[in-house]
Amino acid sequence: MAQRFEAPNGPSVEELGLDSERTLNPYVTGTSVIGLKYKDGIILAADTGGSYGSTLRYKSVERIKPIGKHSLIGASGEISDFQEILKYLDELIIYDNMWDDGNSLGPKEVHNYLNRVMYNRRNKFNPLWNSLVLGGVKNGQKYLGVVNMIGTHFEDNHVATGFGNHLARPILRAEWHADLSFEEAVKLVEKCLLVLLYRDRSAINKFQIAKITEEGVTIHPTYSLKTFWGFSAFQNPAKGAEGSW
Amino acid sequence: MARVDTDLPPKGGFSFDLCRRNEMLVKKGVTLPGFKKTGTTIVGLVFQDGVVLGADTRATEGPIVADKNCEKIHYMAPNIYCCGAGTAADTEAVTDMVSSQLQLHRYATGRESRVVTALTLLKSHLFSYQGHVSAALVLGGVDVTGPHLHTVYPHGSTDTLPFATMGSGSLAAMSVFESKFKEGLTRDEGISLVAEAICSGIFNDLGSGSNVDVCVITKGKTEYLRNHLLPNPRTYVSSRGYSFVNGHTEVLSTKIIPLMENVEIAEGDVMEE
Repeated sequence: MAQRFEAPNGPSVEELGLDSERTLNPYVTGTSVIGLKYKDGIILAADTGGSYGSTLRYKSVERIKPIGKHSLIGASGEISDFQEILKYLDELIIYDNMWDDGNSLGPKEVHNYLNRVMYNRRNKFNPLWNSLVLGGVKNGQKYLGVVNMIGTHFEDNHVATGFGNHLARPILRAEWHADLSFEEAVKLVEKCLLVLLYRDRSAINKFQIAKITEEGVTIHPTYSLKTFWGFSAFQNPAKGAEGSW
Repeated sequence: MARVDTDLPPKGGFSFDLCRRNEMLVKKGVTLPGFKKTGTTIVGLVFQDGVVLGADTRATEGPIVADKNCEKIHYMAPNIYCCGAGTAADTEAVTDMVSSQLQLHRYATGRESRVVTALTLLKSHLFSYQGHVSAALVLGGVDVTGPHLHTVYPHGSTDTLPFATMGSGSLAAMSVFESKFKEGLTRDEGISLVAEAICSGIFNDLGSGSNVDVCVITKGKTEYLRNHLLPNPRTYVSSRGYSFVNGHTEVLSTKIIPLMENVEIAEGDVMEE
């Protein structure tokens, strides 16, 4: 095979002698993604919102996508950079398939590839403004990892991006255990998603849960969670405390 | 005759007189002194008979733990307690000040203090200092009008809530409350939920740590449970501490020098005290 696989960076703008153009701010962003390992594989969950600054511009953004036969990727951060990453991963998988040798890239390999891409972009001061969750199962081995825009990466039994680190990780640390059933895992994920819905201003009440097992990927249709607002303190908060909210 | 400044009564609010001098010093290269922040997890919740307050016990000075076991739940009145996050000096001073004002008020009125009184005194003090008094408080108590729980922010705004968390560990603690709180908890359920929220802060937030303090306030009774939980004990590899058994270290040579040989015992009076 004569074709060479081109690294997605290409010559940098500095090399081309142009004025340095690089990502300075994200524009359309997705909020947290949560991932956890359960008995049969991995579950990823995220809401479907794309915020444009403080406006909720897009309400049906799919931030979880399957990669190849063995992996699922979930992204938070700049949506256009996520779409670019999907393009690179698509090329990677096609190149891998063209070998037609019976081998396929597993989640560990895809995670490593993403890590290299993210880190190299950051070193050129032109990052892909994302935090990515990569999960999958290959030959019975479950894998769940995270990569962010500066190239920090690690793998764990449960991961989250953005606000999920502060609000969901404490719950997962306390309540995750090995060999959760699918129903238990979904309940745990929904617990985290509900807290994020209450306390993250860019979260919306429309979620997607995706699971990957040895058999394959299932991305469930979007659904909403029930919220509770009936606390008696909310009825008349200023009662007796003038000026209080 | 012109009115001299000393005749005018002092106006309220922050006196910005020294700001120009401070700016001048900074320009000359003088570093302003830092302050001890509490980097904290503090929580409160309302249960069926009253309120439960909780706090961790770590006080930080930047990356260093300045006090491993400080007290963040401050006394305001026999029926009102206040947890404080932010600058330790500010929370201490502002709660002490309002506590004294409440006592004087109790003497004047002959009645038990109300939580909204403490709330109003705190918020008007903090507002007049425009956020420079860095005190974020969780105020809770039970008075004649019932149990109350409020949060007070450094700029002077307040919230009335069924459950509240403040400090750097507030998100970790809030995730516990948001998933497990319901109205009408019993006393034991309330204490265990508060302890769980503080532990979530202690183990997931770097600014919080050490032990859990709890304070339960009900009508007519307050229990201050100092160090209710100690989830970070000092541990030793061996229960006997360190031991160095004979034979673990190879002895190369031995020389015994009797010390008494060089001492002269002089006759004379015993030295007086």
